Amino acid sequence: MDRRHTDREYESELELLRDRVLLMGAHVEEVLVLAMRSYNERSVSLARSTINMDSQIDQLELEIDELAIQILARRQPVASDLRFITTTLKLVTDLERIGDLGVNICERVAELGADRSQSAHDPIPRIADVAQGMVHDALDAFVAGDAVKANQVIDRDKEVDAYYASLYPELLPRMMSNPSVVFESTRLLSIGKSLERLADHATNIAEMVVFMVKGQDVRHSGTTNPGSHG
Amino acid sequence: MTVQSPSRTRSNMNNSSRNDGSSAEETSKSRWDPPVSALVPKMKTVDLHAYFGPAEVLKGISLPIADKQVTAVIGPSGCGKSTFVRCLNRMHEVVPGARAAGRVLLDEQDIYHSDVDSVRVRRRVGMVFQKPNPFPTMSIRDNVLAGLRLNGERPDDPDSVVEKMLRRVALWDEVKDVLGRAGTGLSSGQQQRLCIARSLALEPEVLLMDEPCSALDPIATARVEELIHELRRSYTIVIVTHNMQQAARVANFTAFFYLGTLIEHDRTDVIFTRPKEQRTEDYITGRFG
Ligand SMILES: Nc1ncnc2c1ncn2[C@@H]1O[C@H](COP(=O)(O)OP(=O)(O)OP(=O)(O)O)[C@@H](O)[C@H]1O
Ligand SMILES: [Mg+2]
Repeated sequence: MDRRHTDREYESELELLRDRVLLMGAHVEEVLVLAMRSYNERSVSLARSTINMDSQIDQLELEIDELAIQILARRQPVASDLRFITTTLKLVTDLERIGDLGVNICERVAELGADRSQSAHDPIPRIADVAQGMVHDALDAFVAGDAVKANQVIDRDKEVDAYYASLYPELLPRMMSNPSVVFESTRLLSIGKSLERLADHATNIAEMVVFMVKGQDVRHSGTTNPGSHG
Repeated sequence: MTVQSPSRTRSNMNNSSRNDGSSAEETSKSRWDPPVSALVPKMKTVDLHAYFGPAEVLKGISLPIADKQVTAVIGPSGCGKSTFVRCLNRMHEVVPGARAAGRVLLDEQDIYHSDVDSVRVRRRVGMVFQKPNPFPTMSIRDNVLAGLRLNGERPDDPDSVVEKMLRRVALWDEVKDVLGRAGTGLSSGQQQRLCIARSLALEPEVLLMDEPCSALDPIATARVEELIHELRRSYTIVIVTHNMQQAARVANFTAFFYLGTLIEHDRTDVIFTRPKEQRTEDYITGRFG
């Protein structure tokens, strides 16, 4: 089945835009993976090198913005194309913020250094797992136009909020009983906050995907078989 | 540690079988036009069929035309747009061998009823054509009055009719000093507005415009569109256009025709942001094979 535009050049412009968003998403996910690896391994050098990746993400955001605006100006897109492009324009600002938050995590890891003073249970990885999963699934939902998956992402935000809310009560007694862990604990809180916020941005993306899909699909259910005409 | 090319493939993104997790509920609330279900019709076609000889070119069109609103008719060439609007003022039957069946209601009255005078219908439902067609031998002034005269009318104060109509189409200031000159000497945009003035002189209630801007440059087009915004306070307007953006700009409602059938009729903002029918989507986004 083929849903291409009659105007092949227009089609290729939209494809280029999609490719750039996918590439930006891949970079952002990579930053998060490396940020969490640098945290888990307490690797300052990995944290520093990951910070440098942010400029590629910023560059892609500019490129995507410009491409989308050009398509808007020159093609006057409508219907699903319009929803795709406006969603893309909004989505990249959230993606870019997620990248920034990944960088924030790396900066905290660099401050932490190689030492790991707390031997107690580390609450960060479980927040990171859910938050990273949300980013991944929000992007997948965008790619596939999958509102069900997007809604699942939105639901998981509560989980991250709950984990983050429990972070402070968990760390506070440790800080009170052992002043030597205060420095590390405040960094952990900051990393937790970054994860909580990047989950919020993933939620934003998921909400945009629901909008992008709903405009089209709700109305197409039960009508003609797509692609059978034209 | 290099970033791989995206693991998600583009073919995924073109996936048509999208997964919509929610029930079908209308998401639009705060829009400027009423929903199509609340539309007050000035005209209405009911199961309208039109033929040229044996060829059926309209295959049962039921469409309300909103009162004092602009309705755009869009669709690929040959789908029956012109035939449809020509049925709305009984111009279709003027072509030898052409006929229509079904009902066309104007204020609830069937204009195809045997009691109804087609000349009277055409006064109430005026028409503006694609190519500006002022009468070549007539002055600007006489062009405005031509429709009235053809109908055997002699207004008491023709000059005031001329001024009123030229003002209504925003042409007065441009031509008031040259009213005696030939209408054909005007720019094509001015000629089209002159033709609209000529139609309006008959005081129609409905104005049919079949691609009124297709021969005009962007500035002249913008002026006609501006005029359409003005006219819709007093008239019910149906505009046929191949220019999707024009439909999006001027129309409150848009009807999409395909192969002689009405595929979709809805508020223009709905049609251009989230049409319900795949064929509408394909056509307006330029995916029509
Ligand atoms: N005078 C005629 N005699 C016979 N067939 C006609 C006549 N006028 C139009 N048709 C046919 O009727 C069908 C509908 O024509 P119509 O002019 O209404 O289409 P349209 O949608 O206005 O097309 P376009 O966008 O090209 O103006 C077409 O298949 C056309 O070939
Ligand atoms: Mg036509």
